[in-house]
Amino acid sequence: MAVIMSEKICKTYNDGGVPVKALKDVDMEIEDGEFTAIVGPSGSGKTTLLNVIGGLDTLTSGKLRVGDKEISEMTPNDLIEFRLNNIGFVFQAYNLIPVLTAIENVEFIMLLQKVSKEERRGRARELLKSVGLEDMINRKPIELSGGQQQRVAVARALASRPRFVLADEPTANLDTASAENLLDIMERMNDEHKMTFIFSTHDQRVVRRARRVITLKDGQVDTDERKGENG
Amino acid sequence: MNMYLRLAWRNIWRNKRRSIISIASVLLAVLIALFMRSMQKGTYARAIDNVVSFYTGYIQIHNPGYWDKKSLNKTFAVQESLIENVSSTEYVTHVTPRLEGYGLISGGERTDVGLVIGINPEVENDMTGLEGKLIEGEYLQQGDMGIMLAKGLSDHLDLGIGDTVVILGQGYHDIMAAGKYEIQGLIEFPIKQLNNTMSYLTLEEAQYLFGAYNRLTSLSIMIEGEDKLDEVMNNLGKKYSEDYEIMSWKEMSPELEQGIEADNASGLIMLFILYMVVGFGILGTILMMTMERTREFGVLIAVGMKRGYLRLITLIESIFLSFVGVVLGTILSVPILAYFRSNPIYFTGELAKSMTEFGYEPILAFTLAPGIFLWQAVVVFIIAFIAALYPLWKITRLDAVDAMRSV
Ligand SMILES: Nc1ncnc2c1ncn2[C@@H]1O[C@H](COP(=O)(O)OP(=O)(O)O)[C@@H](O)[C@H]1O
Ligand SMILES: [Mg+2]
Repeated sequence: MAVIMSEKICKTYNDGGVPVKALKDVDMEIEDGEFTAIVGPSGSGKTTLLNVIGGLDTLTSGKLRVGDKEISEMTPNDLIEFRLNNIGFVFQAYNLIPVLTAIENVEFIMLLQKVSKEERRGRARELLKSVGLEDMINRKPIELSGGQQQRVAVARALASRPRFVLADEPTANLDTASAENLLDIMERMNDEHKMTFIFSTHDQRVVRRARRVITLKDGQVDTDERKGENG
Repeated sequence: MNMYLRLAWRNIWRNKRRSIISIASVLLAVLIALFMRSMQKGTYARAIDNVVSFYTGYIQIHNPGYWDKKSLNKTFAVQESLIENVSSTEYVTHVTPRLEGYGLISGGERTDVGLVIGINPEVENDMTGLEGKLIEGEYLQQGDMGIMLAKGLSDHLDLGIGDTVVILGQGYHDIMAAGKYEIQGLIEFPIKQLNNTMSYLTLEEAQYLFGAYNRLTSLSIMIEGEDKLDEVMNNLGKKYSEDYEIMSWKEMSPELEQGIEADNASGLIMLFILYMVVGFGILGTILMMTMERTREFGVLIAVGMKRGYLRLITLIESIFLSFVGVVLGTILSVPILAYFRSNPIYFTGELAKSMTEFGYEPILAFTLAPGIFLWQAVVVFIIAFIAALYPLWKITRLDAVDAMRSV
């Protein structure tokens, strides 16, 4: 069943009077629980696509349904609520609040959801353990390596129990080992929690791990292939 | 601790030095401002007190037209009921009858113009503490026939205790007033004008001298404090303004009131400049705290934080920075101001001389009136709040995607 469905979505930016077409008539369907990579060179529209799916950016035209919500018809306030409860975000870098510790960063999102204090603690601890950071829960972001920070970001993205996890070039600033490790974790989370993962990348090490690869080129879908069970 | 408070708290200490400098600048400004205001207000109160309690009283009642002419022809007949009624008016603490007129005062070789005041010595002392200013001789008693001279006047006449002065002047109905009195006391005033002109007889002697039997030039009235002035003026006005002239010290000493107002205005300008400097200091800190977190704000909004909470956090941060400064500044100022209130600054030398010359007591007095503290707190909070509007505005306008692109 398609949980994300886009019909001819377009996004045009206005770059100082010059229209820049970041997405051109993108049609796409994503199935529940898929582990999908959006691939393409820099400027091909990966970030824009993830942002519109996540309700961070508005569409210029077209229709986009995410879960049971028609994104194109939501107000900004609805979108905040939608993001909080449906989407887990992992950005390229500087995901975390620098003044909060790892566990506080993970808890924070649940605080916004008004989850009770005990449950917040427990869930945050468990998530940090599952990303292999049980010994570092009280560290501030600055005391963690880039890979560790991204793992905290993944834990935070999962903390709100979203249906979708959107990760925009999560490994861009990581060395190979850290990148592989992050992918292991994301894959495992996808298996365990059955969330739908979409991540953008132009990193071949990462592309290999995806079960479905959608290639963008100049704001349009170029190729879309699903791999067999063993990738 | 609530997570939002914790976030705000940690953000404040994210750059310790910057926050400490901001807090310290608020603290210092509050301290300077409080010191200035305490000194100004304290000195004004003292100046008012000098004029009011040494001489005019807060309010005087005269025969209509007396104040303009200062003529003994504008006296009024004593009525016990008037004195009693005025005394029982709310907030009135003392009422003292006086008969005063100018005269030539001479002793031996020299002559000077002086103000001869007939007083009820006991009531006058209760009200103005006149006996406390006696530096030599005997204070007047009911029935005494002697005179008390201000020190400046006696020095000028080159006379002392036991010497005799002759007073010549114009009395009631323009009769010739003439009298001879033995100096029984010398009185020293801090204000030069008073010190060079005042002389005191008993009321009865003065009435006899000026031929104004049973008449007064004024009833001088003391009240509980300056803040009750308007109310008492109102009440007395309702009852007596038909038959009498009722004047406050402000009308009787307009130069003092104007002097205070002018000085107060220049003080407020200084304060304004001081607060502008502090305001920009706070604004600078808040600006930095906001700009360096643009991306962070973007991430927070992206992951689902409502802008309202974000605004609340930045508001707590801004208010906290100034609040701590105000509180510490106020706490620190209290012992300092209390010290100076009990130990006012006395000027000495030339400065002191020229101040007395101009009719000011050469002293800087301080007050701990709650009003000045409240005022500072309110002003600093208004400034802090204005500075805090910047992040609020910034958050309202913030586009999460843009904010995150601009790493
Ligand atoms: N806010 C913006 N204003 C103008 N142009 C933009 C803006 N955001 C993105 N673009 C343009 O849209 C295109 C797609 O950008 P993006 O989605 O970031 O690509 P990618 O993530 O694949 O590198 C690029 O040409 C980029 O310059
Ligand atoms: Mg991108």
